[in-house]
Amino acid sequence: MQNREPYTQKIIGNRYTKTKASFEKSLCLFLYQLGKKGKSLKTCLNISGLGMQFKGVKAVQNVSMNLEEGKLYALIGTNGAGKTTIINMISGVLKPTAGTICFQETDITGMRPDRIAKMGVTRTYQNLRLFKKMTVLDNVLMGAQMHSTCGAWESVFQTSRFRENEKSMREHARKMLDIMGIAAFEKELAGSLPYGNQRKLEIARILASNPKLLLLDEPAAGMNPQESHELVDIIRGIQKEFGLTILLIEHDMKVVMNLCEYIYCMAAGEVIAEGGPEAIRNNPRVIEAYLGKRASHVTN
Amino acid sequence: MKYRENAAVRFVCFVLLPLLILIYSAINRGHYYSDLICLFGIHLILATSLNLVNGFSGMFSMGHAAFMAVGAYTSALLTISETQKARISGLPEWFQKFTLPFPLALLCAGLVAALLALLIGFPVLRLKSHYLSVATLGLIVIVRAFLDNEDQFTNGARGITGLPSYSTIFSVFLTGLILLYIMYRLIRCSSYGRGLIAMRDDDVAAQTLGVRIVTKKISIFCLSAFAAGIGGALWGHLQTVISGQFFYFTDSFEIVEMSIIGGMYSLSGGIVGALVMTFLPEILAPLETGIMIGGFQLPELYGASNLIMAVFLILLIIFRRQGILGDSEIIVESIFSKSTYTGIFKAETYRKLVDITKAKLTGKKKEKTAK
Ligand SMILES: Nc1ncnc2c1ncn2[C@@H]1O[C@H](COP(=O)(O)OP(=O)(O)O)[C@@H](O)[C@H]1O
Ligand SMILES: [Mg+2]
Repeated sequence: MQNREPYTQKIIGNRYTKTKASFEKSLCLFLYQLGKKGKSLKTCLNISGLGMQFKGVKAVQNVSMNLEEGKLYALIGTNGAGKTTIINMISGVLKPTAGTICFQETDITGMRPDRIAKMGVTRTYQNLRLFKKMTVLDNVLMGAQMHSTCGAWESVFQTSRFRENEKSMREHARKMLDIMGIAAFEKELAGSLPYGNQRKLEIARILASNPKLLLLDEPAAGMNPQESHELVDIIRGIQKEFGLTILLIEHDMKVVMNLCEYIYCMAAGEVIAEGGPEAIRNNPRVIEAYLGKRASHVTN
Repeated sequence: MKYRENAAVRFVCFVLLPLLILIYSAINRGHYYSDLICLFGIHLILATSLNLVNGFSGMFSMGHAAFMAVGAYTSALLTISETQKARISGLPEWFQKFTLPFPLALLCAGLVAALLALLIGFPVLRLKSHYLSVATLGLIVIVRAFLDNEDQFTNGARGITGLPSYSTIFSVFLTGLILLYIMYRLIRCSSYGRGLIAMRDDDVAAQTLGVRIVTKKISIFCLSAFAAGIGGALWGHLQTVISGQFFYFTDSFEIVEMSIIGGMYSLSGGIVGALVMTFLPEILAPLETGIMIGGFQLPELYGASNLIMAVFLILLIIFRRQGILGDSEIIVESIFSKSTYTGIFKAETYRKLVDITKAKLTGKKKEKTAK
């Protein structure tokens, strides 16, 4: 421990030296991560040979991925590459036409979306799917009540179990709103929130369900740089605090390179490259897909 | 002081007023107005139960008359006297002497209607939007055909007569209150209702948050049919004569109209719709026979009340498509406490109103004391 301390200070000191409190917090987080690294990492999600065909269009072909528990992954690719389709298949919204998806050693290929969600696989949507006519708090309660065992009839008779359950769910939901920084709006209608906060609400809603795997589909789309910066900080925070596995679709390369440990890059329905940030940055096929053929020759 | 004022208002609302109505109805049993109030109570049950499906679950059913019919016939067969039953040929021996007390018969009426909903729910609820509506219209035709042709159980097109007139203001409104309470708790205060409204707003998102669409749809359809069956039974015991023709398209449309006028996205909307659709035609009825207004003798305008209702409905659909109440509930309790208010106004507007009136009241008092 003693000989490790200067090392941790060196690493963390570079990143966070603003205040003592934040330093201490990050130290704790770092040690927590170190402790976790000691254990062997388990596979959270395993995808193999996944394919999706819409009539003539092959949206996704032969995609394989392996996500380990507690890590942050990025899925990048040009528009129409098939990223959203992959998330749709993992969350059960679409049934894949080929391949298998295993979540924690259970085959979830083609399972009903509600069952997949109850196992802890949750997602957000590229085009936002909030319950617009419900209040912000009710939206988050939808996530919080996912594992509730309280039957509908208990609400009719107002049993004490029902009331306690409802109360604790509310508390939990408020906590999630607090984490995302939108607790002040809890009584407003979700549809009336500004766009950036709607995105945060969507994350709060799935966080409330105690998920294991988050699939975030362009969570920073349409935000201004400052907002998206804030959001990235939050995502990093929740990932460490809850020990979540996250698959993030994101277009901002700066964010992806800084935040994610492992990156999958897609083009035209196939994974064309995968690896750590450095490997992806220098991969000629990635550069080709993003900048065109001539650019890749130039860099070579 | 404040508490006492509230208590007084509560006493008037919840004890005195119902008591007066009950005494009135006991004295004037079977009179025009007490029957009208009963009819309002029945419409209230039907419209609110239709709102469960049309407003809260995002499906659009028009088949309420079918469930009413099933409920009315069930309750009728369970309560009519032996001599009446003897006219119906196909009833089994043991059933001839079998009668149930009214509350149990009502319960059975609801259960049989719910069973029908369960049976047709699986195929029909796969359909979406107007396909579902048309399928539920088909259900009305099927039920009507069954009632008219299966003479041995239903006495055919002649219908069943001599139902005991159990529907009084007391029984109708007690049933209505119980049903409303259950619906309100389920829809507005529980995870079940939250999931239901979420499913209406966005079914894909609801699914990925653990809502199972099929069970939600079928269960709410059955609950709605249960209440409709009870409503139909109450209707039968009010009219004392039932036959297939009373439960057909017009009757179904009338309930749909109520739910649209009042606002299908709230339970209170059903109540308001029932209120308007029960009493407005009665108020307009004198127009048809010609009345004196300010010394002028209006000519007889046959069909005037229907015409005015139609214009009213068209205007409503153009200018306020969500119905009179939209998606807000009127909650009696919230009139008394500020914090839980979720009524027509937004909470802030309501608080402002309260503050203004308070300021006015205290201002007046100060003036008085100054004098
Ligand atoms: N429901 C669908 N029906 C037909 N084609 C679809 C459907 N969803 C997606 N696609 C097609 O699949 C391809 C990949 O889409 P998508 O996964 O949304 O891309 P990305 O999210 O990477 O921008 C696109 O060419 C799109 O047109
Ligand atoms: Mg996409």
